[in-house]
Amino acid sequence: MAILNYQQQDYICQENETVLDTLLRENIAIAHGCRQGVCQSCVMLSVDSNPPKNSQHGLRENQQQQHHFLSCLCIPEQNMQIADIEQSDFVYEFKVLAKQMLNHNTLLLRLLHDDKFTFKSGQFINLKSVDNVTRSYSISNTPNQQHYIELQIRLLENGRFSGWVHNDLKIGDNVPASAALGGCFYNKKRSQQQLLLVGTGSGLAPLYGILHDALEQNHEGTIHLFHGGRKAEDLYLNDELTQLVIENKNFHYTPCISGDYNDEHRSHYSQGRANEVALSAYSNLNDWQVYLCGHPEMVKQMQTQVFLKGVNLDDIYIDAFHCLYKK
Amino acid sequence: MDSLYEKLGGEDAVNSAVNIFYRKVLKDETISQFFNDTDMNKQIAKQKAFLTMAFGGPNNYTGMDMRKAHAPLVKKGLNESHFNAVAGHLQATLEELGVAADLVKEVMVVAGSTHDDILGL
Repeated sequence: MAILNYQQQDYICQENETVLDTLLRENIAIAHGCRQGVCQSCVMLSVDSNPPKNSQHGLRENQQQQHHFLSCLCIPEQNMQIADIEQSDFVYEFKVLAKQMLNHNTLLLRLLHDDKFTFKSGQFINLKSVDNVTRSYSISNTPNQQHYIELQIRLLENGRFSGWVHNDLKIGDNVPASAALGGCFYNKKRSQQQLLLVGTGSGLAPLYGILHDALEQNHEGTIHLFHGGRKAEDLYLNDELTQLVIENKNFHYTPCISGDYNDEHRSHYSQGRANEVALSAYSNLNDWQVYLCGHPEMVKQMQTQVFLKGVNLDDIYIDAFHCLYKK
Repeated sequence: MDSLYEKLGGEDAVNSAVNIFYRKVLKDETISQFFNDTDMNKQIAKQKAFLTMAFGGPNNYTGMDMRKAHAPLVKKGLNESHFNAVAGHLQATLEELGVAADLVKEVMVVAGSTHDDILGL
Protein backbone atom coordinates (compact mmCIF):
# COMPACT_ATOMS: atom_id res chain seq x y z
CA MET A 1 0.00 0.00 0.00
CA ALA A 2 1.32 3.40 -0.97
CA ILE A 3 0.45 6.86 0.25
CA LEU A 4 -0.38 9.52 -2.30
CA ASN A 5 0.20 13.13 -1.41
CA TYR A 6 -1.94 15.43 -3.53
CA GLN A 7 -2.61 19.07 -2.72
CA GLN A 8 -1.21 18.67 0.81
CA GLN A 9 -3.52 15.75 1.62
CA ASP A 10 -2.57 12.09 2.02
CA TYR A 11 -4.60 9.32 0.41
CA ILE A 12 -4.07 5.60 0.71
CA CYS A 13 -3.82 3.57 -2.44
CA GLN A 14 -5.32 0.12 -1.96
CA GLU A 15 -3.62 -3.02 -3.21
CA ASN A 16 -3.53 -2.92 -7.05
CA GLU A 17 -5.46 0.31 -7.17
CA THR A 18 -4.47 2.97 -9.67
CA VAL A 19 -3.79 6.59 -8.74
CA LEU A 20 -6.86 7.66 -10.71
CA ASP A 21 -9.13 5.13 -8.98
CA THR A 22 -7.83 6.16 -5.58
CA LEU A 23 -8.51 9.85 -6.19
CA LEU A 24 -11.93 9.20 -7.71
CA ARG A 25 -12.83 6.94 -4.79
CA GLU A 26 -11.95 9.87 -2.52
CA ASN A 27 -14.33 12.06 -4.54
CA ILE A 28 -11.61 14.21 -6.01
CA ALA A 29 -12.44 15.51 -9.46
CA ILE A 30 -9.66 14.38 -11.76
CA ALA A 31 -10.07 14.76 -15.51
CA HIS A 32 -10.14 11.36 -17.16
CA GLY A 33 -11.57 9.52 -20.13
CA CYS A 34 -10.84 6.03 -21.41
CA ARG A 35 -9.20 4.72 -18.20
CA GLN A 36 -6.88 2.51 -20.19
CA GLY A 37 -3.99 4.66 -21.19
CA VAL A 38 -5.17 5.75 -24.60
CA CYS A 39 -6.86 9.13 -24.38
CA GLN A 40 -4.27 10.84 -22.15
CA SER A 41 -6.92 12.92 -20.38
CA CYS A 42 -5.65 11.95 -16.94
CA VAL A 43 -1.99 12.94 -17.20
CA MET A 44 -0.50 13.99 -13.86
CA LEU A 45 2.90 14.95 -12.53
CA SER A 46 5.03 12.97 -10.11
CA VAL A 47 6.77 15.61 -8.02
CA ASP A 48 9.26 13.64 -5.98
CA SER A 49 10.08 10.43 -7.85
CA ASN A 50 10.19 8.63 -11.16
CA PRO A 51 6.70 7.28 -11.86
CA PRO A 52 6.39 3.57 -12.76
CA LYS A 53 7.64 3.08 -16.33
CA ASN A 54 4.43 1.47 -17.58
CA SER A 55 2.39 4.48 -16.45
CA GLN A 56 4.28 6.64 -18.98
CA HIS A 57 3.29 4.39 -21.85
CA GLY A 58 2.57 6.40 -25.00
CA LEU A 59 3.59 9.77 -23.55
CA ARG A 60 6.03 11.87 -25.49
CA GLU A 61 9.66 11.70 -24.42
CA ASN A 62 9.60 15.27 -23.17
CA GLN A 63 6.61 14.46 -20.98
CA GLN A 64 8.38 11.38 -19.63
CA GLN A 65 11.44 13.44 -18.76
CA GLN A 66 9.19 15.84 -16.83
CA HIS A 67 7.84 12.85 -14.83
CA HIS A 68 4.37 13.04 -16.30
CA PHE A 69 2.37 9.85 -16.03
CA LEU A 70 -1.08 8.46 -16.82
CA SER A 71 -2.92 8.20 -13.53
CA CYS A 72 -5.24 5.51 -14.93
CA LEU A 73 -2.27 3.18 -15.52
CA CYS A 74 -0.26 4.04 -12.44
CA ILE A 75 -0.18 1.54 -9.61
CA PRO A 76 2.33 3.19 -7.25
CA GLU A 77 5.52 1.30 -6.43
CA GLN A 78 6.24 3.65 -3.51
CA ASN A 79 4.72 6.67 -1.80
CA MET A 80 4.25 9.45 -4.30
CA GLN A 81 3.75 13.19 -4.21
CA ILE A 82 1.62 14.04 -7.22
CA ALA A 83 0.22 17.20 -8.78
CA ASP A 84 -1.77 18.44 -11.73
CA ILE A 85 0.45 19.14 -14.71
CA GLU A 86 -0.74 22.72 -14.93
CA GLN A 87 0.38 23.34 -11.34
CA SER A 88 1.98 26.71 -11.06
CA ASP A 89 2.37 27.37 -7.35
CA PHE A 90 4.80 30.13 -6.57
CA VAL A 91 7.21 27.99 -4.60
CA TYR A 92 10.35 30.04 -5.25
CA GLU A 93 11.66 33.57 -4.83
CA PHE A 94 14.18 34.71 -7.44
CA LYS A 95 16.40 37.75 -7.02
CA VAL A 96 16.85 40.25 -9.84
CA LEU A 97 20.51 40.31 -10.94
CA ALA A 98 20.33 42.43 -14.09
CA LYS A 99 18.05 44.25 -16.50
CA GLN A 100 19.20 45.17 -19.98
CA MET A 101 17.35 46.35 -23.08
CA LEU A 102 17.78 44.05 -26.09
CA ASN A 103 15.97 46.37 -28.51
CA HIS A 104 13.44 49.20 -28.29
CA ASN A 105 10.85 47.15 -26.38
CA THR A 106 12.35 43.88 -25.15
CA LEU A 107 14.20 43.55 -21.91
CA LEU A 108 16.57 40.85 -20.76
CA LEU A 109 15.83 40.01 -17.13
CA ARG A 110 18.42 37.95 -15.28
CA LEU A 111 17.27 36.25 -12.09
CA LEU A 112 19.24 34.33 -9.49
CA HIS A 113 17.37 31.10 -8.85
CA ASP A 114 16.98 28.86 -5.84
CA ASP A 115 19.41 25.91 -5.50
CA LYS A 116 16.55 23.44 -5.77
CA PHE A 117 15.16 24.94 -8.97
CA THR A 118 15.93 22.89 -12.08
CA PHE A 119 15.01 23.67 -15.66
CA LYS A 120 15.56 22.85 -19.29
CA SER A 121 16.18 25.73 -21.68
CA GLY A 122 12.96 26.67 -23.43
CA GLN A 123 10.67 25.77 -20.53
CA PHE A 124 8.68 28.59 -18.99
CA ILE A 125 8.10 29.83 -15.45
CA ASN A 126 5.29 31.86 -13.96
CA LEU A 127 6.21 35.05 -12.16
CA LYS A 128 4.12 37.20 -9.86
CA SER A 129 4.31 40.99 -9.54
CA VAL A 130 3.72 43.04 -6.38
CA ASP A 131 0.14 43.56 -7.59
CA ASN A 132 -0.38 39.81 -7.85
CA VAL A 133 -0.41 39.87 -11.62
CA THR A 134 1.04 36.62 -12.97
CA ARG A 135 2.63 35.94 -16.34
CA SER A 136 4.56 33.15 -18.03
CA TYR A 137 8.01 33.69 -19.54
CA SER A 138 10.33 31.28 -21.31
CA ILE A 139 13.87 30.65 -20.17
CA SER A 140 16.38 31.67 -22.85
CA ASN A 141 19.65 30.43 -21.36
CA THR A 142 21.07 27.05 -20.35
CA PRO A 143 21.62 25.78 -16.79
CA ASN A 144 24.82 27.24 -15.34
CA GLN A 145 26.93 27.17 -12.18
CA GLN A 146 26.05 30.75 -11.30
CA HIS A 147 22.42 29.65 -10.89
CA TYR A 148 20.77 32.28 -13.00
CA ILE A 149 18.05 32.24 -15.61
CA GLU A 150 17.43 34.78 -18.33
CA LEU A 151 14.05 35.88 -19.66
CA GLN A 152 13.21 38.15 -22.60
CA ILE A 153 10.32 40.39 -21.62
CA ARG A 154 8.58 42.47 -24.23
CA LEU A 155 6.99 45.69 -23.03
CA LEU A 156 3.37 45.70 -24.10
CA GLU A 157 1.17 48.73 -24.37
CA ASN A 158 -0.68 48.91 -21.05
CA GLY A 159 1.04 45.64 -20.07
CA ARG A 160 0.49 45.39 -16.33
CA PHE A 161 3.23 42.88 -15.73
CA SER A 162 5.71 43.92 -18.40
CA GLY A 163 5.24 47.57 -17.41
CA TRP A 164 6.03 46.70 -13.80
CA VAL A 165 9.17 44.80 -14.82
CA HIS A 166 10.36 47.57 -17.12
CA ASN A 167 9.61 50.52 -14.85
CA ASP A 168 9.50 49.43 -11.22
CA LEU A 169 11.43 46.24 -10.68
CA LYS A 170 14.93 46.92 -9.30
CA ILE A 171 18.17 44.98 -9.09
CA GLY A 172 18.10 43.03 -5.83
CA ASP A 173 14.31 42.77 -5.68
CA ASN A 174 12.73 39.34 -5.13
CA VAL A 175 10.10 37.92 -7.48
CA PRO A 176 7.86 34.93 -6.62
CA ALA A 177 8.33 32.20 -9.23
CA SER A 178 6.95 28.77 -10.10
CA ALA A 179 8.79 25.59 -11.06
CA ALA A 180 9.89 25.33 -14.70
CA LEU A 181 6.99 24.06 -16.79
CA GLY A 182 6.18 22.95 -20.30
CA GLY A 183 7.56 20.49 -22.81
CA CYS A 184 9.07 22.82 -25.38
CA PHE A 185 12.75 22.01 -24.88
CA TYR A 186 15.57 20.36 -26.81
CA ASN A 187 15.03 16.64 -27.08
CA LYS A 188 18.13 14.97 -28.46
CA LYS A 189 16.78 11.94 -30.24
CA ARG A 190 19.49 11.68 -32.86
CA SER A 191 22.39 14.07 -33.06
CA GLN A 192 22.14 14.20 -36.86
CA GLN A 193 18.46 15.14 -36.96
CA GLN A 194 17.80 18.51 -38.60
CA LEU A 195 16.20 21.17 -36.41
CA LEU A 196 13.90 23.93 -37.58
CA LEU A 197 13.30 26.76 -35.10
CA VAL A 198 10.67 29.37 -35.98
CA GLY A 199 9.70 32.25 -33.72
CA THR A 200 8.04 35.65 -33.88
CA GLY A 201 8.79 38.55 -31.53
CA SER A 202 9.81 37.41 -28.06
CA GLY A 203 9.12 33.86 -29.27
CA LEU A 204 12.87 34.01 -29.79
CA ALA A 205 13.38 33.47 -26.04
CA PRO A 206 12.68 29.72 -25.81
CA LEU A 207 14.32 29.14 -29.19
CA TYR A 208 17.48 30.95 -28.08
CA GLY A 209 17.64 28.60 -25.10
CA ILE A 210 16.92 25.51 -27.19
CA LEU A 211 19.56 26.57 -29.72
CA HIS A 212 22.24 27.01 -27.06
CA ASP A 213 21.29 23.74 -25.40
CA ALA A 214 21.58 21.88 -28.74
CA LEU A 215 24.94 23.48 -29.54
CA GLU A 216 26.29 22.76 -26.04
CA GLN A 217 25.23 19.14 -26.48
CA ASN A 218 27.15 19.04 -29.80
CA HIS A 219 24.14 18.63 -32.02
CA GLU A 220 25.49 17.63 -35.42
CA GLY A 221 22.52 18.08 -37.76
CA THR A 222 21.58 21.37 -39.39
CA ILE A 223 19.91 23.87 -37.05
CA HIS A 224 18.04 26.63 -38.85
CA LEU A 225 16.51 29.52 -36.90
CA PHE A 226 13.97 31.87 -38.49
CA HIS A 227 13.11 34.89 -36.37
CA GLY A 228 10.41 37.27 -37.50
CA GLY A 229 9.32 40.79 -36.69
CA ARG A 230 7.38 43.51 -38.43
CA LYS A 231 10.32 45.91 -38.55
CA ALA A 232 14.10 45.49 -38.38
CA GLU A 233 14.15 47.06 -34.91
CA ASP A 234 11.70 44.42 -33.63
CA LEU A 235 14.41 41.81 -34.03
CA TYR A 236 17.16 41.46 -31.46
CA LEU A 237 20.29 39.48 -30.57
CA ASN A 238 21.21 39.66 -34.27
CA ASP A 239 24.90 40.15 -33.55
CA GLU A 240 25.07 37.24 -31.12
CA LEU A 241 23.24 34.97 -33.55
CA THR A 242 25.42 36.06 -36.48
CA GLN A 243 28.49 35.28 -34.37
CA LEU A 244 27.07 31.80 -33.64
CA VAL A 245 26.72 31.23 -37.38
CA ILE A 246 30.44 31.98 -37.79
CA GLU A 247 31.34 29.64 -34.94
CA ASN A 248 29.05 26.75 -35.88
CA LYS A 249 29.01 25.30 -39.37
CA ASN A 250 25.67 23.56 -38.85
CA PHE A 251 23.81 26.67 -37.61
CA HIS A 252 21.87 28.94 -39.97
CA TYR A 253 20.05 32.11 -39.01
CA THR A 254 17.43 33.92 -41.09
CA PRO A 255 15.97 37.12 -39.62
CA CYS A 256 12.74 38.07 -41.40
CA ILE A 257 10.82 41.32 -41.77
CA SER A 258 7.11 41.09 -42.54
CA GLY A 259 6.40 44.85 -42.83
CA ASP A 260 7.98 47.59 -44.96
CA TYR A 261 11.04 46.27 -46.68
CA ASN A 262 13.68 48.25 -48.56
CA ASP A 263 16.98 47.75 -50.39
CA GLU A 264 19.00 48.39 -47.26
CA HIS A 265 17.31 45.44 -45.61
CA ARG A 266 18.13 43.06 -48.42
CA SER A 267 21.67 42.22 -47.32
CA HIS A 268 20.64 41.30 -43.76
CA TYR A 269 17.00 40.26 -43.72
CA SER A 270 14.61 38.06 -45.66
CA GLN A 271 11.29 39.53 -46.67
CA GLY A 272 8.07 37.99 -45.35
CA ARG A 273 6.70 36.27 -42.28
CA ALA A 274 9.21 33.98 -40.57
CA ASN A 275 6.97 30.92 -40.93
CA GLU A 276 6.39 31.52 -44.63
CA VAL A 277 10.06 32.17 -45.33
CA ALA A 278 10.90 28.94 -43.46
CA LEU A 279 8.36 26.90 -45.41
CA SER A 280 9.57 28.17 -48.76
CA ALA A 281 13.18 27.40 -47.83
CA TYR A 282 12.62 23.64 -47.68
CA SER A 283 10.61 21.56 -50.13
CA ASN A 284 10.19 18.77 -47.62
CA LEU A 285 10.81 18.40 -43.92
CA ASN A 286 10.80 14.62 -43.63
CA ASP A 287 12.35 13.54 -40.36
CA TRP A 288 13.04 17.10 -39.08
CA GLN A 289 12.44 18.19 -35.53
CA VAL A 290 10.52 21.49 -35.35
CA TYR A 291 10.13 24.09 -32.58
CA LEU A 292 7.48 26.81 -32.98
CA CYS A 293 7.16 29.73 -30.56
CA GLY A 294 5.31 33.02 -30.45
CA HIS A 295 2.05 34.22 -31.97
CA PRO A 296 -0.64 31.53 -31.39
CA GLU A 297 -2.07 31.80 -34.90
CA MET A 298 1.38 31.39 -36.45
CA VAL A 299 2.13 28.44 -34.19
CA LYS A 300 -1.14 26.69 -34.99
CA GLN A 301 -0.95 27.19 -38.75
CA MET A 302 2.68 26.25 -38.90
CA GLN A 303 2.11 23.11 -36.84
CA THR A 304 -0.24 21.81 -39.51
CA GLN A 305 1.95 22.97 -42.37
CA VAL A 306 5.14 21.33 -41.15
CA PHE A 307 3.18 18.15 -40.42
CA LEU A 308 1.92 18.14 -44.01
CA LYS A 309 5.51 18.66 -45.19
CA GLY A 310 6.53 15.42 -43.53
CA VAL A 311 7.38 16.18 -39.89
CA ASN A 312 6.04 13.55 -37.52
CA LEU A 313 3.78 14.79 -34.75
CA ASP A 314 6.14 13.60 -32.05
CA ASP A 315 8.79 15.86 -33.54
CA ILE A 316 6.81 19.10 -33.30
CA TYR A 317 7.27 21.18 -30.15
CA ILE A 318 5.20 24.30 -29.63
CA ASP A 319 4.93 27.22 -27.27
CA ALA A 320 2.10 29.59 -28.14
CA PHE A 321 2.20 32.95 -26.33
CA HIS A 322 -1.50 33.28 -25.68
CA CYS A 323 -1.63 36.00 -23.05
CA LEU A 324 0.49 38.29 -25.20
CA TYR A 325 -2.18 38.52 -27.84
CA LYS A 326 -5.49 37.96 -26.10
CA LYS A 327 -5.95 41.30 -24.38
CA MET B 1 -3.90 -17.51 -32.17
CA ASP B 2 -2.81 -13.90 -32.45
CA SER B 3 -5.52 -11.25 -32.46
CA LEU B 4 -5.92 -8.83 -35.35
CA TYR B 5 -4.21 -6.17 -33.23
CA GLU B 6 -1.21 -8.39 -32.61
CA LYS B 7 -0.96 -9.43 -36.24
CA LEU B 8 -0.90 -5.79 -37.30
CA GLY B 9 1.93 -5.01 -34.89
CA GLY B 10 0.05 -3.50 -31.95
CA GLU B 11 0.83 -0.04 -30.69
CA ASP B 12 3.86 0.42 -32.95
CA ALA B 13 1.58 -0.10 -35.93
CA VAL B 14 -0.84 2.51 -34.60
CA ASN B 15 2.01 4.99 -34.16
CA SER B 16 3.29 4.46 -37.70
CA ALA B 17 -0.19 4.63 -39.16
CA VAL B 18 -1.36 7.76 -37.36
CA ASN B 19 1.08 10.16 -39.05
CA ILE B 20 0.38 8.82 -42.52
CA PHE B 21 -3.36 8.56 -42.00
CA TYR B 22 -3.89 11.98 -40.46
CA ARG B 23 -1.65 13.64 -43.10
CA LYS B 24 -3.86 12.15 -45.82
CA VAL B 25 -6.98 13.37 -44.05
CA LEU B 26 -5.68 16.94 -43.67
CA LYS B 27 -4.50 17.06 -47.29
CA ASP B 28 -7.96 16.08 -48.55
CA GLU B 29 -9.79 19.36 -49.11
CA THR B 30 -13.17 17.66 -49.23
CA ILE B 31 -12.86 16.74 -45.53
CA SER B 32 -10.14 18.93 -44.00
CA GLN B 33 -12.81 21.54 -43.07
CA PHE B 34 -14.01 19.19 -40.33
CA PHE B 35 -10.57 19.21 -38.73
CA ASN B 36 -9.75 22.92 -38.98
CA ASP B 37 -10.75 24.14 -35.56
CA THR B 38 -9.33 21.34 -33.52
CA ASP B 39 -6.26 21.26 -31.34
CA MET B 40 -3.83 19.11 -33.24
CA ASN B 41 -2.43 17.23 -30.25
CA LYS B 42 -5.89 16.33 -28.98
CA GLN B 43 -6.91 15.35 -32.47
CA ILE B 44 -3.97 12.99 -32.72
CA ALA B 45 -4.85 11.31 -29.43
CA LYS B 46 -8.34 10.76 -30.84
CA GLN B 47 -7.03 9.42 -34.13
CA LYS B 48 -4.80 7.02 -32.21
CA ALA B 49 -7.76 5.85 -30.16
CA PHE B 50 -9.75 5.36 -33.35
CA LEU B 51 -6.97 3.42 -35.08
CA THR B 52 -6.46 1.28 -31.97
CA MET B 53 -10.13 0.38 -32.11
CA ALA B 54 -10.12 -0.24 -35.87
CA PHE B 55 -7.05 -2.46 -35.44
CA GLY B 56 -8.94 -4.54 -32.91
CA GLY B 57 -6.85 -3.30 -29.99
CA PRO B 58 -7.83 -2.59 -26.39
CA ASN B 59 -10.49 0.10 -26.31
CA ASN B 60 -13.72 1.06 -24.69
CA TYR B 61 -15.06 3.14 -27.50
CA THR B 62 -18.82 3.05 -27.45
CA GLY B 63 -21.27 3.89 -30.18
CA MET B 64 -22.60 6.61 -27.91
CA ASP B 65 -19.16 8.29 -27.71
CA MET B 66 -18.89 8.20 -31.47
CA ARG B 67 -22.36 9.66 -31.89
CA LYS B 68 -21.78 12.46 -29.40
CA ALA B 69 -18.38 13.34 -30.79
CA HIS B 70 -19.60 13.56 -34.37
CA ALA B 71 -23.00 15.15 -33.81
CA PRO B 72 -21.69 18.73 -34.21
CA LEU B 73 -20.02 17.69 -37.47
CA VAL B 74 -23.20 16.08 -38.77
CA LYS B 75 -24.87 19.44 -38.17
CA LYS B 76 -22.16 21.04 -40.30
CA GLY B 77 -22.96 18.66 -43.13
CA LEU B 78 -20.91 15.53 -42.45
CA ASN B 79 -22.26 12.83 -44.74
CA GLU B 80 -21.69 9.52 -46.48
CA SER B 81 -19.15 10.93 -48.94
CA HIS B 82 -16.96 12.25 -46.11
CA PHE B 83 -17.18 8.95 -44.28
CA ASN B 84 -16.12 7.11 -47.42
CA ALA B 85 -13.24 9.52 -48.00
CA VAL B 86 -11.85 8.91 -44.48
CA ALA B 87 -12.30 5.17 -44.90
CA GLY B 88 -10.43 5.40 -48.20
CA HIS B 89 -7.51 7.14 -46.49
CA LEU B 90 -7.44 4.46 -43.82
CA GLN B 91 -7.27 1.75 -46.46
CA ALA B 92 -4.57 3.60 -48.42
CA THR B 93 -2.55 4.05 -45.22
CA LEU B 94 -2.62 0.34 -44.47
CA GLU B 95 -1.65 -0.51 -48.03
CA GLU B 96 1.19 1.99 -47.89
CA LEU B 97 2.44 0.27 -44.76
CA GLY B 98 2.40 -3.07 -46.57
CA VAL B 99 -0.35 -4.66 -44.48
CA ALA B 100 -1.59 -7.94 -45.98
CA ALA B 101 -4.85 -7.67 -47.96
CA ASP B 102 -6.86 -9.97 -45.69
CA LEU B 103 -5.93 -7.93 -42.62
CA VAL B 104 -6.78 -4.67 -44.41
CA LYS B 105 -10.18 -6.16 -45.07
CA GLU B 106 -10.67 -7.02 -41.40
CA VAL B 107 -9.75 -3.47 -40.34
CA MET B 108 -12.13 -2.00 -42.88
CA VAL B 109 -14.95 -4.14 -41.50
CA VAL B 110 -14.34 -2.80 -37.98
CA ALA B 111 -14.08 0.78 -39.27
CA GLY B 112 -17.24 0.27 -41.31
CA SER B 113 -19.12 -0.79 -38.21
CA THR B 114 -18.90 2.82 -36.93
CA HIS B 115 -20.80 4.15 -39.97
CA ASP B 116 -24.23 4.69 -38.41
CA ASP B 117 -22.88 6.14 -35.17
CA ILE B 118 -20.59 8.60 -36.93
CA LEU B 119 -23.29 9.81 -39.28
CA GLY B 120 -25.93 9.81 -36.53
CA LEU B 121 -28.23 7.37 -38.33
